[in-house]
Amino acid sequence: MTDGLPKPPSGGNGRLLPPDAGRDRPLFVVAAILVFLACIAALGARGAWLQAQRWTTDLETSLTIQIRPGESRDAEADATLAAEITAGFDGVEQATSRGRDHALALLTPWLGEGNLPDDLPLPLLVDVRTRPGSLVDTEGLQARLDAEGMTARIDDHGRWAQAVRRAAGTAQALGLGLLALLAGAAAAVIAFAARASLAARLDVIDALHLCGAEDRFIAGLFQRRFFMLGLKAGVAGAIFAGLVSLLVSLGDAPADMAFFLPQWASDPFEFVLLALAPILAGLTSAISARLAVASDLRGRW
Amino acid sequence: MRYGRGPEILRDLSFDLPRGSFQFLTGPSGAGKTSLLRLIYLAAKPSRGLISYFGRDAATLPRNELPDLRRRVGVVFQEFRLLGHMNVFDNVALPLRVAGRKRQDYAEDVAELLAWVGLGEKMNALPATLSGGEQQRVAIARAVVGQPEVLIADEPTGNVDPEMGMRLLRLFAELNKLGTTIIIATHDLQLVRMLDAPVMTLSNGHLHIRPPRSERLRMREEAEAEAEAERVSAAPAVAAPRTPDPDDPSNPDTDMTGGHDD
Ligand SMILES: Nc1ncnc2c1ncn2[C@@H]1O[C@H](COP(=O)(O)OP(=O)(O)OP(=O)(O)O)[C@@H](O)[C@H]1O
Ligand SMILES: [Mg+2]
Repeated sequence: MTDGLPKPPSGGNGRLLPPDAGRDRPLFVVAAILVFLACIAALGARGAWLQAQRWTTDLETSLTIQIRPGESRDAEADATLAAEITAGFDGVEQATSRGRDHALALLTPWLGEGNLPDDLPLPLLVDVRTRPGSLVDTEGLQARLDAEGMTARIDDHGRWAQAVRRAAGTAQALGLGLLALLAGAAAAVIAFAARASLAARLDVIDALHLCGAEDRFIAGLFQRRFFMLGLKAGVAGAIFAGLVSLLVSLGDAPADMAFFLPQWASDPFEFVLLALAPILAGLTSAISARLAVASDLRGRW
Repeated sequence: MRYGRGPEILRDLSFDLPRGSFQFLTGPSGAGKTSLLRLIYLAAKPSRGLISYFGRDAATLPRNELPDLRRRVGVVFQEFRLLGHMNVFDNVALPLRVAGRKRQDYAEDVAELLAWVGLGEKMNALPATLSGGEQQRVAIARAVVGQPEVLIADEPTGNVDPEMGMRLLRLFAELNKLGTTIIIATHDLQLVRMLDAPVMTLSNGHLHIRPPRSERLRMREEAEAEAEAERVSAAPAVAAPRTPDPDDPSNPDTDMTGGHDD
């Protein structure tokens, strides 16, 4: 009765799940913000670690020797001698004795210029730069200086390095803890949204079920949808986080602030992290959506 | 069965649908036709009683076996339940797609079926833009496209003109000839009269089964033959009482089976 059958519509399959713009957009924004914060936290933890590394190598490659002026001793000569002796030690790159002028300059900010009597005994400093990665035998050095009869104190900054490292460790743990919390929050938000989306689409679910769709099939639909949502939100959040950290490192924040801000060190780590973020966001979203939907479906007959 | 804590709307019914049979289900609105069908297509569990389904007890059926059973059953819902965001073609192709078949394998068949139900020109339309009768035909096409072993149709001709109703009924009869078990719920007694099929009537939660007309005629002939024989033997000729029209299912007097409501 129909001559020439009508052609089936060309093009792919229509979407089984209707687009859900009203719900998806706010969810996208929330997910993007979570990814952004997670990236910032990760970059911050990384920044703290880098900064600490830089400072501790600075501290670890330098020693300071303090020469106390003693009775009937020429402090300037002692300092020069100490520099010479130190320069002969293994691992020392350079030892410079700082004269009285340097010591005075260090005090000026506190005491003002010219307020000190010329004959006031001042401790003199010897700056020692060591080769990175090599240990200087500070005990041997102390013994040598003592043998010369001078009152010298070697400060290897170990205390400071340790403090910096501890602070960096704390900042890092904070960053990672924050990361874990954000991941948990993201998973919960997605699970909630997936359940809501399932509930709003019960007509579709029923129709699919009665057509013989398996739970796996239906859960797969939601999984794909939420993977895409997580992926897109992840891309947006990661790009934004990258921009912010770039801005932070372009503007010169003081070092103590930079400690807590994400730094764009433009090394592969940043790129890997930012590239991984959308994928991780997509996977987190897909898995939590799948689990939520599967558990909801099991409750229905 | 009952809904929640409501009254029991179906009780003490017992029947079976033999493979390859064709049955009508009638009864006043609210009698529970849809509810009974829901039990049959496994959308609801009975609050008590046994439904055996392809030899399996529905109450103990594990959930993961439902999809397979449901694929063997096509359902036309009273309210169609088309997916509003998908076009007619995709709606009809849904069971095939859910069963994991490839679009290029079924596209022609679906188009042909749609042309047959008179929707060849509307394949790209969304359900919301169709008339009630057109939507109904989409729902029917979706139910039969997977060539189910059992077809359950709830008021499948409620929204179409008599001519289209006949045509759809012919489609059902055709499928039945090919071996599909068919059960059709309808108010339309005109339709019921068209086919020589058993009619199950629901009222007050009870089911009442009337055998097909051919069988009733045969039974009446037998009864009349018996009566005739008695009359002949018992002499005085009395005018036989007028028998009511056997084709009128609304006439309770035509029921020759008696005692079937258990
Ligand atoms: N989901 C439900 N929850 C509670 N009660 C329901 C539900 N569905 C149906 N009922 C009740 O069950 C009874 C039977 O309804 P059902 O839909 O099976 O009737 P029906 O014979 O199909 O009627 P119609 O011919 O109008 O389609 C009605 O009294 C109705 O109120
Ligand atoms: Mg009904």
